[in-house]
Amino acid sequence: MCLNASKAQTDSTKYRKLKVDEVNFITSYYHQNGQNSAVTGGIGSERLDDSGNAIDIQLSKFDRKNNKHTFGFELGVDVYSSASSDKIDPSTISSASSGDVRISPSASYLFENTKRNFTLGGGLSFSKEFDYTSVGTNVLFSKASKDKNTEFSAKASVFLDTWKVILPIELRPYSPNFKYRQEQSAPRNSYNLALGLSQVINPRLQMSILTDIGFQKGLLGTAYQRVYFADNGNKPYSEKLPDNRFKLPIGLRANYFLGDRFILRGFYRYYTDSWKLTAHTAELEVPYKITPFMSIAPFYRFYSQSGIEYFKPYKEHVLSDTYYTSDYDLSKFTSNLVGLNFRMTSADGILGIKALNTLELRYSYYKRSTSLTSHLITLALKFK
Amino acid sequence: MKKNIFLLTLICIALMFPSCKTVKPFQKSRINDAEMSLSSRKIEKYESNFLLYREGASGGNGGKTGGGCGCN
Repeated sequence: MCLNASKAQTDSTKYRKLKVDEVNFITSYYHQNGQNSAVTGGIGSERLDDSGNAIDIQLSKFDRKNNKHTFGFELGVDVYSSASSDKIDPSTISSASSGDVRISPSASYLFENTKRNFTLGGGLSFSKEFDYTSVGTNVLFSKASKDKNTEFSAKASVFLDTWKVILPIELRPYSPNFKYRQEQSAPRNSYNLALGLSQVINPRLQMSILTDIGFQKGLLGTAYQRVYFADNGNKPYSEKLPDNRFKLPIGLRANYFLGDRFILRGFYRYYTDSWKLTAHTAELEVPYKITPFMSIAPFYRFYSQSGIEYFKPYKEHVLSDTYYTSDYDLSKFTSNLVGLNFRMTSADGILGIKALNTLELRYSYYKRSTSLTSHLITLALKFK
Repeated sequence: MKKNIFLLTLICIALMFPSCKTVKPFQKSRINDAEMSLSSRKIEKYESNFLLYREGASGGNGGKTGGGCGCN
């Protein structure tokens, strides 16, 4: 009896112990170029280089009722340099705005009831860069069917963000068309509700449908982006956009295991918003399993958008326009993204590192019909 | 526009359910493959980020929808 009591105590201790599930490290390098910089009114260099790095750790434990508790912590550090943001003050050779560092920590918690197949959770996030601070929170719920072939999920999130208004140098300390002065704080709040439904169709096919109903309010334009007018000579104003925006995207994913080695990962999204922008996105990725533990996946993404009603190129706006922007990110264009993803996984370690469970390398090339091009290379490591 | 979105959603749901079979746990070896996951890969994080900055559309893919950054 003493031995049995001791074993029972050990078992319950095992189930309560917090352990590290995995640690993920991601590092990336992004290089972009183009000739439609929004900072200089839709003309000029869009050269930008960004190094993104993030580390996240996931811990979990089981309680006496066999419910799972998962804790996640992430820290992101991005360092960028930009030829266009350097032109906020073009009189300097290189200004304080030519580069910046963005820090973004976050934490999350999930409670999984393994008996009734439902999950509750929440998270907090923070982000800081030279002119933008964000505080975010979210709550989520998901419920799976008894056979776990169907799952419904809902996630509500709020971001209470603040711009530090930076005006183009020639418009300081205030711009006649703009309600905020130089270095004044302006709110930018976002409210989102994500709803998802996933379904296993058969032993080789599963699909999901996802929507993100979003509403934004506050300073939605970028104060240091200039707009030049046909009837105002060479004198620009700050970009001016409506102070609210309603967004509605609907995405559909389908993954199919073809034969023994190929997987087809497909995605389509339709998007519309209150600024009259509509967009279509279609992606296909085809992982090929070289071995059960190694795969190579070419991918292609096509995107097209209609452009918002407030966009016009350099010196095509007139002063009587209520809202105006020359930001080509909001213009009518199509884009193509192609790339390759390599993935290797091993329970015994990779490259002589026993804890290294997965190594992934991804390269993508992006080309927009507005002449912007970019390259991105990313390395992801998972330790278990 | 609202009618188109409603019809598109109905078509998507209609495509998903009629051909469903009850798939037992022992039949899920392919479904449970890591690369069959319905969410984006972790390695796509920075790709999703730059697309959020460079394009007007966002959301519907499990990623960010516009808050937390000075993006679209």
